[in-house]
Amino acid sequence: MTESNFPAQSRYPEGGLAFPHRDLTGISHLARHEILYLLDEAEQWLALNRQRHKRAEVLSGLTIINAFFENSTRTLLSFEIAGKRLGADVVNMHAATSSVKKGETLIDTAMTLNAMRADAIVIRHASSGAVQLIADKVDCPVLNAGDGSHEHPTQALLDALTIRHALGLAPGSDLNGLKVTICGDILHSRVARSNILSLTALGADVTVCAPPALMPAEIEAMGVTPSHDFDAALQGADVVMMLRLQLERMSGQFIPSPREYRHLYGLTLERFGKLPPNVLVMHPGPMNRGIEIDSQVADHPTRSLITRQVESGVAIRMACLDVLTRRARGVPGWAAAEGAAA
Amino acid sequence: MTPRPLTITGGKLVLPTGAPLPGAVRIADGRIVALGAISAEPGDDVLDAKGALITPGLVDLGVFAIDKPAFHFGGITRAALMPDQGPPLDHPARVRFAAQSGKPDMWVHPLGAATRGLEGVELAEIALMRDAGAKAVATGRRWIADSGVMLRLMSYCAMLDLVLVTHAEDAGIAGTAVATAGEMATRLGLPAAPAEAESLAVARDLALAELTGCRLHFRQVTTTAALDLVRAAKARGVKVTAGVTPAHFMLSDLELANFRTFCRLSPPLRSDADRHAVISAIADGTIDVIASGHDPRGAEDKRLPFADAEPGMAGAETLLPLTLTLVRDGHIDMARAFALLAGNPAALLGVEAGKLEAGLEADLALVEPERPWIVDRSKMAATAGNTPFDRRPVEGRVTALFKGGNRIA
Repeated sequence: MTESNFPAQSRYPEGGLAFPHRDLTGISHLARHEILYLLDEAEQWLALNRQRHKRAEVLSGLTIINAFFENSTRTLLSFEIAGKRLGADVVNMHAATSSVKKGETLIDTAMTLNAMRADAIVIRHASSGAVQLIADKVDCPVLNAGDGSHEHPTQALLDALTIRHALGLAPGSDLNGLKVTICGDILHSRVARSNILSLTALGADVTVCAPPALMPAEIEAMGVTPSHDFDAALQGADVVMMLRLQLERMSGQFIPSPREYRHLYGLTLERFGKLPPNVLVMHPGPMNRGIEIDSQVADHPTRSLITRQVESGVAIRMACLDVLTRRARGVPGWAAAEGAAA
Repeated sequence: MTPRPLTITGGKLVLPTGAPLPGAVRIADGRIVALGAISAEPGDDVLDAKGALITPGLVDLGVFAIDKPAFHFGGITRAALMPDQGPPLDHPARVRFAAQSGKPDMWVHPLGAATRGLEGVELAEIALMRDAGAKAVATGRRWIADSGVMLRLMSYCAMLDLVLVTHAEDAGIAGTAVATAGEMATRLGLPAAPAEAESLAVARDLALAELTGCRLHFRQVTTTAALDLVRAAKARGVKVTAGVTPAHFMLSDLELANFRTFCRLSPPLRSDADRHAVISAIADGTIDVIASGHDPRGAEDKRLPFADAEPGMAGAETLLPLTLTLVRDGHIDMARAFALLAGNPAALLGVEAGKLEAGLEADLALVEPERPWIVDRSKMAATAGNTPFDRRPVEGRVTALFKGGNRIA
């Protein structure tokens, strides 16, 4: 892991050039230093969120719409809290109760949200690429809160921030040389894709582990080592990231049964007990306790980072909302960057 | 009143073999009456081709919509209409209606649905549809999963000596896939199926064709493995032919970047290695037909997340210029290009067309093969501009088109 010797001010390009993108649709668009910039920006919010008074007024007067076309509890709540702590007016749109059910197209919905003059739109959708489609049609920054099996960039950022804190690394540090094993339904997981992109960009060695039916083709082209053997994939890992397995995929189509999945790919207490004592455990939630992860592992007081991931999530989302709205807010050094690469 | 005979002079005739031959063609009563080193007879109308190619009108084997302006732009005088219509062409009356729908300036050759509703379960009234104008039978953009149904269908088509046009994609493997399994689909998180979905389907259909003697045409063969199977089957005398659209010899799945739904096709775009295999198969004769797959789709079908968009491209206008890239790159000669675009599909459909020959209907085009233009989705003649070739500079343009001797474009 490399710690930067440079002071924070000179670590990144000046002003708006530090993050020249209008939207955050995926990690794939980001350079290493842009990922680090967002992580560093989140540090202040992590600190604020631990105080009794948790409110900054940087987004005062701005409207943020959380447009969730797919059910979510924790991500929606995390974005809502992030917006509110920054002083913005936050509105949540649930697809289940919206005109989407009446056949309105995604584009029409996007145009409607745009006409309401949101200052940022946070979108979750069940189809890969849907967030980019909306981003191309609206005039304000768009944040991807998960699109199909494609990307979930804030999850990857919060995971990186969580790891950095758990390892006691200073701001500006990357994860060079860290060994991370991601295990679960890699095929359908946007969390896995964004984490692969982010962790490899930060220098980590990533192993992905899944049964063949849940491993996407040519995943090694993304710079990771694929494995079907969880016990082998755990060898040498510093961090084990477990993914949620959708229960409907465990009923014979992909996996014979939940208990067979647990047998081969569950982070059981037994497997956990064989790991060196410094190995950390993560899970993006919500968990299937007793299937992909045993409760005693998930609840381990020092080695499970699961609740710290949730805590980092709010800080990361505050950082993303702050950074992406700086141009519109006319923050010095950012307004001038108007017209830079989108 | 019968129009006066027309002689088109000063052109280069694209004949079934050999290099384009300087010469003229004379048309009377809607038919070609003479061609070669001839001159206009007294009283003829005369059109100077000014050095352009005089070619057969294109016979487009497999379109999903009748779109005359696009066909006229593209030099297409006959099109085989896929049965995937709403409702499907699975009834003699609908076939008869479709067969009349383009006349007089465009001939539609309907492909009858092989099974009722294209469901792949019960045979449609194939002989009645044939007598109503169906020139072949097709499974549509679908795979008949039940091999027993396929066996009975093929033996029936063999008895009627009708070509069966199939869609070679094993539905069990393809599932809800919208892309070929590989790095691109993995990065984009798109539902994907291995390319072997095609070769498995081709292997089964070839086995059944060999068993029944059915004349089998795969509308699109797009993968190395499946093309090898077709090549081997042809060598042992199976009555099989194969087609493709320009998308699969021009583009690979790299085009899916940024979720471009105009590149959402069925079958999906393949790897670049497969793209090269398609070009080789066109060059060595494994592929017999290049078709447009014309399927204009508006924003309501295409301006959607990739996996939710409908497959298909507006291909009629770009069919000829993209095929001419194969001539320019030296893979095929001009005569073979028009065999792929006109002669072979006409023979498969059993229609007297697709080549320049005295006695045939005067379906012909004047083509300037090197005339440059830029594909522009906002300026297309088609009812929708869903082309994956938007902004691509191409060469080759139809400057005049005749159907049955009448100038239609």
